Amino acid sequence: MCNCSENKKVITIDPLYSPVEGTIVKACQMTENEKFFEIRLEGGKELGHMPGQFVQFSLFGIGEAPISVSSSPTKEDKSTFEVVVRKVGTFTEQMHKLGEGDKIGVRGPFGRPFPVDDLKGNDLLFVAGGIGLVPLRSLINFVIDRRRDFGDVNILLGCKEPKDRLFTDEIAEWEKMADINYACTVDKAAPDWKGNVGVITTLIPGVDLDVNRTYAVVVGPPIMYKFVVAELLKKDLAEKHIVLSLERRMKCGLGKCGHCQINDNYVCQDGPTFTYDEIKGLEEAL
Amino acid sequence: MRYVYLAKDDLGKFIDLLKEKHRVVAPVKKENLFVFADISGGEDMSLEYIPTIIPPKKYIMPQKESLGKFDMGEVSMKDTSIEMEPTVIFGMHTCDIDGLECLDVVFHKDPADPYYKKRRKNVTIIGYECMFPCDEYATCVTMDTHVPKAGYDIMMTDAGDKYILHVNSKQGDAIIGSGNIFKEADQDAIKKELKDLREKKLPKFKRALNPGYKELQPLFEKSYNNTGVWDDVGRRCVSCGNCTAVCPTCYCFDVYDDVKLDMSGGERGRVWDSCQLNEFAEVAGGENFREERSSRQRHRYYRKFDYPVRKHDKFFCTGCGRCTRTCMAKISLIETVNDLAKGEQDV
Repeated sequence: MCNCSENKKVITIDPLYSPVEGTIVKACQMTENEKFFEIRLEGGKELGHMPGQFVQFSLFGIGEAPISVSSSPTKEDKSTFEVVVRKVGTFTEQMHKLGEGDKIGVRGPFGRPFPVDDLKGNDLLFVAGGIGLVPLRSLINFVIDRRRDFGDVNILLGCKEPKDRLFTDEIAEWEKMADINYACTVDKAAPDWKGNVGVITTLIPGVDLDVNRTYAVVVGPPIMYKFVVAELLKKDLAEKHIVLSLERRMKCGLGKCGHCQINDNYVCQDGPTFTYDEIKGLEEAL
Repeated sequence: MRYVYLAKDDLGKFIDLLKEKHRVVAPVKKENLFVFADISGGEDMSLEYIPTIIPPKKYIMPQKESLGKFDMGEVSMKDTSIEMEPTVIFGMHTCDIDGLECLDVVFHKDPADPYYKKRRKNVTIIGYECMFPCDEYATCVTMDTHVPKAGYDIMMTDAGDKYILHVNSKQGDAIIGSGNIFKEADQDAIKKELKDLREKKLPKFKRALNPGYKELQPLFEKSYNNTGVWDDVGRRCVSCGNCTAVCPTCYCFDVYDDVKLDMSGGERGRVWDSCQLNEFAEVAGGENFREERSSRQRHRYYRKFDYPVRKHDKFFCTGCGRCTRTCMAKISLIETVNDLAKGEQDV
């Protein structure tokens, strides 16, 4: 019907959806399901992220997946960044097959970082459940590297079993630091486990908080948020001082595709970090 | 900008003129309904039509489009260009023009979507004003989209044996300037004629929604927990996604990789997606943040009447009535909104 195809023009598109090349410079299995990757972008270009942001990894033929950045931008070697990937779906299963020297596509960083400027000058209470430690580690190391900008630092970790613990060497370092209070608990453990046993909320009452100048930064599975937030509110912590990071299905990372939407928020742009104050009324948030 | 006349007998010539430099798409009859399709001449189109099955957004945000091509094992896309010819969307109703304006807001917002932006730039909008209400499903009166306002290059209004053309952009002016079928006339006289036509037109258009334009968003603000209405809608919904596919302001998409049979490479593309489908908000590991059909239907309504008003100061319902017309479970937007309003009164 239409014979005007000679009019067709080819229009070049800006590479908004095109991944850049990343090379895996280090890969190691952390637990049965979690694998650590250190990635170097083409030409050693800095990722340019802030703690709390995520990237979209791309493997052609499989697709893309949003993954939190686990390293701090203050890390000494700026030419690489680190992630930990849990094997949980098609993409992550494929990514687990990759090792040193393999290439992977990277888009990003995306999302609103943790409110680092608001945290400055305040005491910090970090609460990480399971794999929630991965994005939180970015902020914890940021704080450790700029330690004098912050007040007291408390770190509470929880996971299902001792074998699920991530970054055990690094955590051993945190434990030794004089200016950090650290506690860990597991949901269940064999009798030879010397640490705490119980859900993470059991650690909160024991923390001594100056509520007026404390920010809690909480990252974990959806079910954990409800209980931890309730416990923090019990301590009289202000809703604005509770910071969370939410997991959603992000396809574009650009606030368009709609998958990550919680009520009127696009998690990929308005989040993934939110203060409790921002999301408390939103039924779809937690 | 300015007004000109076009004799009705010259409509075919107008299309021929447009076709010299453009691909022209227009409403075409398809069985008992209408679709936007390519036309070879004025005789192909049906200007008196009820909203087409799929809105003309398909020319700017195609149902399926390539984001780029790739070779297997590589990490960068090799060809991210699109092919498009300058296109005239002819005979667009004011509701669909409003729909396009909604998409413009979303896709032009920083970071602007490059695919949409480039296609949009290549599209000329020639609108056609509705002089009669289309059917009982439209709510354009409440949404205030039944009278031309903006968003078009040329708007045509039926004035008996001729059309009044409102030329509203440089692009439109260039088209008018390139033909000798258009008749100039005293601008004030045309404006007066148009005003009279609209005065006769407006009483024919009746309000179908009980809440008025200004009451709509406040109503939704209060109706999130109106479980009676949302559960009822959710019970009837079959999650087919028809309502979102035909909506002129729905723009959610999924990204997919299409691999060639020989596994040498493929194409990364995007395809319209629907928040009504169960897996839409599901994350790896199985957690689903809108598991219930009622919460998904509510999400759809809020994405029309509440969230975009907060975010973009604009309703994302154009009142075209497509969602109601297409719903096989007979979920009616008019009924739903009026039920919410009723619930409000009961309280």
